[in-house]
Amino acid sequence: MVKTSPLAAFAWRALITLLYIFLLAPIIIVFVVSFDTRKYLAFPPESWSFGSYIAVLQNEAFISAFWRSLGLGTIVGIGAVAIGTLLSMALTRHKFRGEGAVNFLVIAPFIVPNIVLAVGLVLVLAAFKLLDSYIGIVIAHLGVTIPYTVRTVTMSLMSVDRRVEEAALVHGASPLQVFWRVTLPLIRPGIIAGGVIAFLISFDETTISLFIVSVKTSTLPTEIYRYLEYSTDPQIAALSVVLILISVAVVVVVEKLIGLRKAV
Amino acid sequence: MTAVEKKTSRTLLLVLLLPGLLALGISFVAPMLWLLRASFSTSALGGGDGWTLDKYSEILTDPFYWRVAGNTLNYGVTVAIFAVILSYPIALFLARSTSKYRGILTALAIAPLLTSSVVRTYGWMVILGDRGVINSTLQWLTLTDAPLRLSNNQLGATIAMIEILMPYAILAMLSGFGRLNSQLEEAATMLGANRFKVFTRIILPLSLPGVITAALLVFVLAISGFITPRLMGGGRVFVLGTEVFQEATVTLNWPLAAALAVMLLVLFSSVIVVYRRALRALEA
Repeated sequence: MVKTSPLAAFAWRALITLLYIFLLAPIIIVFVVSFDTRKYLAFPPESWSFGSYIAVLQNEAFISAFWRSLGLGTIVGIGAVAIGTLLSMALTRHKFRGEGAVNFLVIAPFIVPNIVLAVGLVLVLAAFKLLDSYIGIVIAHLGVTIPYTVRTVTMSLMSVDRRVEEAALVHGASPLQVFWRVTLPLIRPGIIAGGVIAFLISFDETTISLFIVSVKTSTLPTEIYRYLEYSTDPQIAALSVVLILISVAVVVVVEKLIGLRKAV
Repeated sequence: MTAVEKKTSRTLLLVLLLPGLLALGISFVAPMLWLLRASFSTSALGGGDGWTLDKYSEILTDPFYWRVAGNTLNYGVTVAIFAVILSYPIALFLARSTSKYRGILTALAIAPLLTSSVVRTYGWMVILGDRGVINSTLQWLTLTDAPLRLSNNQLGATIAMIEILMPYAILAMLSGFGRLNSQLEEAATMLGANRFKVFTRIILPLSLPGVITAALLVFVLAISGFITPRLMGGGRVFVLGTEVFQEATVTLNWPLAAALAVMLLVLFSSVIVVYRRALRALEA
């Protein structure tokens, strides 16, 4: 190692600590403010309570938006991973004309900014009277999540030993049997990871949702955004803490179950 | 080549490809084509048979949109520069760390990505607001009489966006820092280079591709954002993102929103082209 003076080492550590504080400041502050009892935004809290958490639980707009987001996220997660798995199978296991075009199509949504796609989605969904509808949100979220599921499942598929599949074929299994009994169990971590990522993206998605959603089908992120435009009281902090804990819980559970790091 | 490929039949391929092509067709290809069409549309809702360049000429002749475009570039560049400067030490630290806490520290650095940007923007409202963390502390220390204007303006929107995009910068740098090599640094030290020389001659050049990728990523995310500029800007920050949102959901001038979105996409693509040239020049 390069020799370092104690002072320089201390300065370097102090710098890193400060940068970490800056990076984590909003999350820490949201956590602190969520226990404030006052109805308006101020710092530091004068007294501490779970009042904001109770207020969130009694806020029907938030609760119903939460269930809508959960339902939509689940549908999008399952749909995106099912469609993504089929696409990955085609792209990794078969050769066909137009393969390059399909390959481009599954990465193109990564390149286009969400806000640009959002305007296009407004136009298409409006033409089919699907603005502010559940089908509209699912369609919109599928477009931004399928590229992720294709990527995670493709990585799993590429790590599968092809000779296992060939052995099953040679011994008389049909392609469907091979997929169901051999390939699918082997790529299960990738499929679960893809589904979880798609769920989290849909659950958190705000940009596109704000364009295509109004009151009837408002999701939790759009409900929070609308609330913040008029008020900044600690209720939002309490709700934010709950959301952070949910995201962390999902990731930890999946990590424990299958090892997300291996799959992504 | 293999048994699997020989058995590929047209129906099997159709079953594998059709759902995906259909889903991406409706949710991505169709919206992009309609967006382009609507930006040339004569009717207010973006349909119609006529083609016109009206919206583009409206944008290009209105000084307001020139200011918005200039401000968007300014915003993207400022956020990118500061996000990269603030993320670089963290990424360097994580890339070189041999600590047993390295995993946890890496997770902490990118954990904010799990938190919605709306939530983190709210955190910055609490920190930078008139009665927020910074202003209450300054007043408590009796350093200021009136609150500093840190939110509801471009400054607040910039600070929040820098922090929100830092995890992306850190991730991009970490994956680009693979070429950093402690043996090279040791060799240089043994040959008499001081720490400053080791940094400028070895660490910096080797980490530059990662830095450029991070800067690009932050820039493109910053110029296409609208949630943070709107919430932190208090209606006083005008960037392309906020204007697209305004026209598409408030004013309901869809052809204008479409034209602005197309211009954003053009800006976006030209930056990526420049980036690829720069990276190739750097590697040559």
